[in-house]
Order: sequence, then C-alpha cells, then structure tokens
Amino acid sequence: METAFTPFASLAGGVLIGIAAVLLMTFHGRIAGMTGILTGALLPADRDDWTWRAAFIAGAVLAPIVYLVATGAMPDLQVPVTRTMLVVGGLLVGIGVTVGAGCTSGHGVCGLARLSPRSLVATITFMLATGLTVFILRHVIGG
Amino acid sequence: MRLASAFLIGLIFGLGIVISGMVNPAKVVNFFDVAGTWDPSLIFVMGGALVTTFIGYRLVLSQDKPLYAARFQLPTASDIDRRLVFGSAVFGIGWGIAGFCPGGAIPALGTGRIDVFVFMLAMIAGILAARFFLARQGGAGQTTQTGRAPV
Repeated sequence: METAFTPFASLAGGVLIGIAAVLLMTFHGRIAGMTGILTGALLPADRDDWTWRAAFIAGAVLAPIVYLVATGAMPDLQVPVTRTMLVVGGLLVGIGVTVGAGCTSGHGVCGLARLSPRSLVATITFMLATGLTVFILRHVIGG
Repeated sequence: MRLASAFLIGLIFGLGIVISGMVNPAKVVNFFDVAGTWDPSLIFVMGGALVTTFIGYRLVLSQDKPLYAARFQLPTASDIDRRLVFGSAVFGIGWGIAGFCPGGAIPALGTGRIDVFVFMLAMIAGILAARFFLARQGGAGQTTQTGRAPV
C-alpha cells in the first residue's frame, strides 16, 4: 500500500511534537515519553501523579476530533496488517518499551535531544529492528 | 491550570502525531520499507521534533525549576546494558509487525477505529506483564525517580 510523501506536513507535525515536549518540560518538568506517561497513568504513584498524565493522554486522544472539526475529515489511518499481527505486535511493543524503558517519543525525541547515549543506542536498536522486521515480513515471507 | 496545561500539551502532541502522519500505520511501515513502497516522511517528523526539542530543552533546563512542579525529573540511568538493547529490539520487532508505536497509537484512539483499540489492549497487556515480571526480578520501579523507569 503506497502512501504519499508529505515532507511539509510531516515537518510541521514533528515541530508540534517538539513544542509539546518542550512545554511539558517547561510546565511539568517531565519527559514527553508516551511509554512513561502511559505506564505512570496505569500504575500511578499517587493521585497528583495520575491526574496530569490522564489530562495529557485525554488531550492526545482528542487530537483527531479537533483535526476533524478543523479540516472536515478524520486523519488518514490505514492498517496494513491483520488483527493477529496487531495483537502480537502490541504485546511485543508493550514488553519492549517497558524492558527498554522508552519508545520513539521518549528515547527517539526527548532522549536524543538530551544527547543521552542510552537513548541513542535504544533508538538505533529499535529503528534497525523495525526495518529488519518490515523487510522480512514484506520481502522474505510476503515476497 | 496545572491539569489544563497538561491537557493542552497532550492535544498539541496529538495534533503533531496526526498532522505528521505518525498516526497512520501504513505510513509508518512504509518509512521502514526502503526496499518497497518507501515513504521517507518520517525523517521529517523525527528531524522537526528533534531540532525543536533540542533547542527548547537548552532554554528550559537552564531554568531553576518547572512552573508547576518542584523540579525537573530527568532520567538518571546511564548504563547501556543488555536490557536496554533487548527491550528496544523487541519494541522494534513489535513496531514492525503492527505499525503502531505508543505515541502514535494513543492519539489514533481518537479516530474510534477498532484496530487501534485491539493494538492498545495488547500493548497494555504487554506493559503490565513486563512490569510484573520486572518487579518480581526486583529490577524496575514504577516512577521516574527510579533510574530505569521508562522515559
């Protein structure tokens, strides 16, 4: 399934993600890593710790609705895989980001921006693993 | 104000994910499919986010403290160990199979698509299972005070 190359929208969206990360640090002193925010919301340390996480997640979930109201259409979302792959992939993502202590937003954006060697190793590792997995699924097995 | 700001920042994050195309698994998987239907857009997402955060963090972290909290909570772990590499590799394999990462999937929930909820439930099950296993091992804490808590 082909998707259109969207350099300007993607750059603009990336800048917004960066602005959100900077604002979260400015106001709340927190890293904008979705793994950490979600895990803390699922297993909160205390009530105060839970509320800001729930508010952040609620804002993020509302984004497609705001986009719909602003543009008149839901954002493009095509799932090129089966339900079984969503379940298997979901389990592996959940385990991996917990064991590896971060995901694309935490390691890939915030960690790299702090020049963390740990995040650099994590980001290179998961990008390579993702690329290899896609290659195997699409060109070796799915050939 | 504290919660309103967290909500608005979450909304900005989500809009960034939506506008950038990170919300769309087809686009994400195509970024990694260099040998097939390659879509390099994700480079621009990562680049834009990274440069903005890099500059912004320089300014913010030179302040004494955040506006609504007592201190900046930054990860303190510095060890590059097997756990970091193994976990990141497992995450990458899962990302390649499903096409969703946590930051992409949460805003995607707002589209109301069943597929996103299926992925999300499996991911949460994976997070809780890994937490349970790590806690039994005596390794990980649940808060950012602990060095290896997720960033």
